[in-house]
Amino acid sequence: MTVLRHSYNAKAMDRIQWRGLDRAENSSSAVRIESVRRAFAGGAVVFDQFSLDVAAGEFLAILGPSGCGKSTLLRLIAGLDQPQAGTISAATRDHIAYVFQDAHLLPWRNVLQNAALPLEFRGISKAERQDLARNALEMVGLSDAMQQYPNQLSGGMRMRVSLARAMVTQPRLLLLDEPFAALDEITRQHLDEQLHQLWQRTKLTVVFITHSTSEAVFLANRAVVLSRRPARIVVDKLIDLPIDRPASIRGSTEFAEQTRTIYQALERGEAV
Amino acid sequence: MKKIAPPLLAFMFVVIIWWAYVHFTHVADYLLPSPQAVLQALIVNRAELLESLGWTALAAGAGFLGGAVLGISIGVLLSTSAVLRRAIYPYTIFFQTVPIIAIAPMLLFWIGAGISSVIVCAIVVCVFPVIANTLVGMRSTDPALEDLFTLYVAGPIERMWKLRLPSALPAIFTGLRVAAGLAVIGAVVAEFVVGLIVGSVGLGVRIVGDSKKASTDDAFACIILASTLGLALLGIVNLASHIALRRWHASER
Repeated sequence: MTVLRHSYNAKAMDRIQWRGLDRAENSSSAVRIESVRRAFAGGAVVFDQFSLDVAAGEFLAILGPSGCGKSTLLRLIAGLDQPQAGTISAATRDHIAYVFQDAHLLPWRNVLQNAALPLEFRGISKAERQDLARNALEMVGLSDAMQQYPNQLSGGMRMRVSLARAMVTQPRLLLLDEPFAALDEITRQHLDEQLHQLWQRTKLTVVFITHSTSEAVFLANRAVVLSRRPARIVVDKLIDLPIDRPASIRGSTEFAEQTRTIYQALERGEAV
Repeated sequence: MKKIAPPLLAFMFVVIIWWAYVHFTHVADYLLPSPQAVLQALIVNRAELLESLGWTALAAGAGFLGGAVLGISIGVLLSTSAVLRRAIYPYTIFFQTVPIIAIAPMLLFWIGAGISSVIVCAIVVCVFPVIANTLVGMRSTDPALEDLFTLYVAGPIERMWKLRLPSALPAIFTGLRVAAGLAVIGAVVAEFVVGLIVGSVGLGVRIVGDSKKASTDDAFACIILASTLGLALLGIVNLASHIALRRWHASER
């Protein structure tokens, strides 16, 4: 696989089509974490000899006890944090998008300007930026709210702007850190459905952190459960459900079975 | 009407109490003039008072602008480097603690007796709250947004313009509000000292002269004008703040 940590080239990036990572042209890993060690000042060892591969085009859900290092893992993948030992290879920053637990929009910008923000650092003309932002907002169902400011929006709408902002650069790797945890159940399920469709359509690689077993099963095609610190992989399993997942799948026996397996793994992870 | 009625009523209440006190205690004019006497002084001397007000307004306004530009610049500069901050910030506190009445004569000797030294005095008095608030604002941006800008590979200038400065705006306006009043104080105090030397112009100069002649009604007229000037400056800052923040900040909604 190619390790892409070179500096960013604006012109080369501009013309990437709406497709994320093409499985055929790069069939290996989208993220490769090898023997990584990360300890914080004060002595807490979060990762030691930790390895994990994420295949291109995969939707990986990561679960684990609070404080086990899930967010740290995401920050390491994004290059926002550095390991003390081991290697991490992933897409370059230009191809990574990151979504936080809260929307973290710029309150002084309206929805359209917020969604267009990442494009402003790539030498793209204003007209084109607005076009791309409009498309991204349309994708998350926010065409009617483009002129509104974040403080006029509900929590769910803000999160969708955040998602549109992440997708506007047409990333190859989408990292989400418990993005819908602060939302009510119905809004969350609705956004889960949108995200799943988005992934199906664009075939990008997604790493998704969550506390919810049912959310993990609904969204992902692979789930990894981590133990308490130092984090080990307790379970690494493919979610055995069809790729097309209508909302009704949540009521099926298979769904319940998958959820139970992961739940049991979570309990084992707590016990370590 | 609902907005201006409460302050107007409060003002009338104070004036009535004032009038009643003077009227019933027969306190001497030079200790406390009656409201009518002050009003009369305002009307009779309106030409000279307006000229004085103009000078003081010019000095305070220029001092405020100077303090704002200097204060925001220093605050932004200090926010960029921890080393710079540790080296310089403690000394900016000098501006806040300096007894302005003591150094005003010195400023006068250094710069010369005239409006420029009055402006400098106003700057010295009003610059610190702008520095301190700008610095706090620049340093309290959302860490998640800082991370996001790192992922965007944003340069330092872009980070400044698109993230830190807008985030700092509410705090900067807080600093400017404090500075508006202080600039008038700085200008009037400087004029006290200027008056001793050249004997002309601004409200501060006039207040010193009137006090010496025990014409307290004239002095009161000047004080009222100086306060009004401070309020006007504050009003301009509030208006600017409203225009800049109304769409997105809780303080202006």
